[in-house]
Amino acid sequence: MDTIEKIKELEKQISELKQRTADIEDTHKDELSLVIMSGDMDKILASMIIAVGAAAMDTEVKMFFTFWGISALRDSKKHAKNKNFVSKMFGIMLPKGKNKLKLSNMNMAGMGPKMIRRIMKKQNVMSLDEMFKQAGELGIEMNICEMSMDLMGFKKEEMIDYPNLGYAGVATFLADANESRNQLFI
Amino acid sequence: MTQEELTAMEVTKSVDARGTSCPGPLLAAKKAMGEINSGDVLEVLSADEGTRKDIPKWATKKKHEYLGTVEESGYFKIFVKKA
Repeated sequence: MDTIEKIKELEKQISELKQRTADIEDTHKDELSLVIMSGDMDKILASMIIAVGAAAMDTEVKMFFTFWGISALRDSKKHAKNKNFVSKMFGIMLPKGKNKLKLSNMNMAGMGPKMIRRIMKKQNVMSLDEMFKQAGELGIEMNICEMSMDLMGFKKEEMIDYPNLGYAGVATFLADANESRNQLFI
Repeated sequence: MTQEELTAMEVTKSVDARGTSCPGPLLAAKKAMGEINSGDVLEVLSADEGTRKDIPKWATKKKHEYLGTVEESGYFKIFVKKA
């Protein structure tokens, strides 16, 4: 009788321990969530290299573009109609797409980016166009913050064609970041 | 593995990533890995010094076995066995 009770007691303890280890176990996914706030060429480059590198390592990547970062997703060939005066001004003042971005340092009125692009080509570094193409093939998800897009007067019809492009709010980023093992704010 | 063993080893697939910089060789390695079977050996050629460190890290994460690197003039031969 004593042994049976002892076994029952042990069984109880084991199930309690199982529950506790399950609680501690890492529930985060092998996922990387990036916030791209900057619209500088160098920071977009760094973001894309990290994103493509992570995807090459089979990490799921979700990029959330907000504020100045959205400029990188504008399509230089597309035009949006029915913009008000302020939106038009924003549209003219901000870079039209990833190949028009400025450098955060040594921009030198546009000479810097030209030089960097030339050096990148010489050193066989993928161009931003190529990196976006690879990102699309690797299934990297890109979301644009709808609120900041409205704020700057950007419209969906002037954004690039990208296979996994979506529009979302802060909750989407927070939910993604919450289940990701890594988060970066660039 | 010794340098001699690596040089003499028979590889299933060789991918030449000498024309790309980081993260190009990593991408090339990932794609090539998808085309070979478990136990096969992949050889990555890279002129990028960083790749030498990156490939073993990637292999560890993907549970592949990093066999070693042979340094040639101006490039590296990196050997990985698929898990």
